[in-house]
Amino acid sequence: MKWFINILDVWKHELTRSLTDIGALVFFIIVPLLYPLLYAYLYSNESVREVPTVVVDDSHSSLSREFLRKVDASGDIQIVGHCANLKEAEELIHRHKAYCLIYIPAEFHKNVLEGQQAIVELYSDMSGLLYYKAVLSACTEVSLEMNKDIKTQRLIGATKEQSETFAYPIKYEYVPMFNTQSGFATFLIPAVLMLIIQQTMLLGIGMLQGDEHERRRKGFIDEHLKDKRPLEILIGKATGYMNIYIVVAAYLVCIIPPLFGLIHIWQWKDMIAFMIPFLSSCIFFCMFISAFSYDRESFIVLFVFMSVPLLFISGISWPASAIPDMLKTLSKAFPSTFGINGFVRLSEMGALFKDLHVEIIGLWIQTIVYFFLTWLVYKRMYRKRRSIKIED
Amino acid sequence: MLKDNKIFAIVKREVKRMLTRPLYLFCMILAPTFAYTFFTILMEEGLPTDIPAGVVDEDNTTVTRQIIRNLDAFQQTKIVAHYHNFAEAREAMQQGKIYSIYYIPEGTTKLALASKQPTISFYTSASYLIPASLEYRDLKMMSELASGAIARSTLYAKGHTEEQAMAILQPIKMEMHPINNPLVNYSVYLSNTMLPGVLMLLIFQLTIYSIYSEMKEETAQKWMELAGNNIYKALLGKLLPQFFIWILMGLFYLVWLYGLNDFPLNCGFLPMFLLMVLFVLVCQAFGIFLCGAVPSLRWALSLATLWGVLSFPISGFSFPQMAFPAALRGLSYLFPLRYYFLIYVDQALNGLPFEYTWTFYVCLAAFLILPFIVVGRLKKFLLEYHYQI
Repeated sequence: MKWFINILDVWKHELTRSLTDIGALVFFIIVPLLYPLLYAYLYSNESVREVPTVVVDDSHSSLSREFLRKVDASGDIQIVGHCANLKEAEELIHRHKAYCLIYIPAEFHKNVLEGQQAIVELYSDMSGLLYYKAVLSACTEVSLEMNKDIKTQRLIGATKEQSETFAYPIKYEYVPMFNTQSGFATFLIPAVLMLIIQQTMLLGIGMLQGDEHERRRKGFIDEHLKDKRPLEILIGKATGYMNIYIVVAAYLVCIIPPLFGLIHIWQWKDMIAFMIPFLSSCIFFCMFISAFSYDRESFIVLFVFMSVPLLFISGISWPASAIPDMLKTLSKAFPSTFGINGFVRLSEMGALFKDLHVEIIGLWIQTIVYFFLTWLVYKRMYRKRRSIKIED
Repeated sequence: MLKDNKIFAIVKREVKRMLTRPLYLFCMILAPTFAYTFFTILMEEGLPTDIPAGVVDEDNTTVTRQIIRNLDAFQQTKIVAHYHNFAEAREAMQQGKIYSIYYIPEGTTKLALASKQPTISFYTSASYLIPASLEYRDLKMMSELASGAIARSTLYAKGHTEEQAMAILQPIKMEMHPINNPLVNYSVYLSNTMLPGVLMLLIFQLTIYSIYSEMKEETAQKWMELAGNNIYKALLGKLLPQFFIWILMGLFYLVWLYGLNDFPLNCGFLPMFLLMVLFVLVCQAFGIFLCGAVPSLRWALSLATLWGVLSFPISGFSFPQMAFPAALRGLSYLFPLRYYFLIYVDQALNGLPFEYTWTFYVCLAAFLILPFIVVGRLKKFLLEYHYQI
């Protein structure tokens, strides 16, 4: 039973240290508490509505006015000005008064009447991709609708059904699944939540481990680590971190999504079966990396910037199919990759445990590998300490 | 100024620190180099191609097979699997194998030939926003064409040219011109702000680390002594060598992006270089400001992390600022990266004359005032405060 008491002892001390060290507390509790609130609030509008758009209508026809009226009525863009020429319109875009431009050439109506194809030119400022998407989708929708009317009108004498069939021999419908409004928050926040777990853990554990190293260099002896085997220390610490992050994860998974109206259709059973390997792999991953943390603060400098590449390498934004193989292989070393994909699919896409076997197996492999790596470095680290003590 | 012996002595001392500590090497050279290469390699294609899609073809006739072949020929979409029914395809989507489903129900061809107007459908999963929206474009276009295919062959049979046929089928057509990024290259759209953002984060943190590690190692008094107890000289001597390295890394960034990777640079090199110089200065100034605002390495670094990481979304380069809640729209003006983004858009992307952009330069430069507000406090901290574990 000695080993059990030893583990309990390390666990108690590590947990107390985590919750009383103000630096660690920032990363373990405050950041996970506040960041998601800020992020989710920032994206709470989900999408950009009513993008300011200017118009140059050289056609001056009833048809061009009809087109513009319908476009203006869509939620995506809002016509904020009519300009006499392109130069004037350009000026408004340069002044950031408008982000898109709809140009209707003089022969627009004439072309339609004569049975030739009429072109509407769309321009979009490329400082944001959502402007481009807004103007293109709003105008395309309207043009498809008007095309249908035009085609119907041309078929004089046909019944409504006949002309409809001529316009669309095969109809189609688009069904957006899961993130039905293509919302930005719905897309990004779940990924950010998982990344927050891994990154705050890395900074917090890195700080605690660095603290331990610093104290040792200064000659302090950590009583609770004395005479304990590396494995006991490892398990004791890991359990302490697990206790904290079960609470953190519960907050991120159960409270944040409903609070901001994000999709959360996971089942308890599946979420637990996923979260256990995710948190375990994160913990051992962070403990392993942290073994190389030699002072309290350097980990912040070293690892914060990594959050951005980690988000991208996960395949949540840039599709995994387009990530070069080398980077894809690299991405498998981080729990966040499997964590993000698994959580998004579990929480938003209604995937079940059986749909996640790649992620869950990946996470378990990481857990085992990082556990043994940590054990290896702990053996070196804590044995060394014992020998120093003997020399004393 | 450099003839001032005190400053020169501190510069020498700082260079020695920089050369002997791996953290400096990592933070100033390796990390930025890694970030630059990482993102350009990651998004090498500019626009992802061959995104996996699945097909459920319950009809399986020559007509539907033709539709599917056409779809596969689109650049962005690649049919990776055929599924027997929709449930199977949906599961593949939930397993992350495909991002969209094209569904052709049984009897489609028969109904179409009998003029009974069948319906085909397509599904995308926007939980993965970028692949879903790219595939949406292809699938929609394909559906339009599939519908037109039958009508078009009728029209050709009647002796219409292709042009005439298209005019009949699609009387009004949209022609999209993305200004200055005609291929809608995602790397252009993201890297141009994200990479300076990474550089900013590193400058914030290294500036703070290099100042407050003096306090932690209890060498701050010596440092100040060397500067004759003049905080300005002390900071100048310390941050000058760092400034040169950062500028070098900034220059590397500009050459890498605009020289080697041919990103749009419509303003010429000089304005972007000036922007970089100003941006580096502002980031260092912001670092000093945080040091003076909180008297602890840990807290200053935590604040730098908060501000730095928040800079990415709040600068508005991915999700536009106009769509933020009003309170955060105002807050975004307190982030240097926001101005970097605005200036980059006007200058490098759109090549506008200086008169459109100078206000942003002024706003960015205004951050340089920050250190002067706290410099007195900082001096006090450095001389009196003792680092505690």
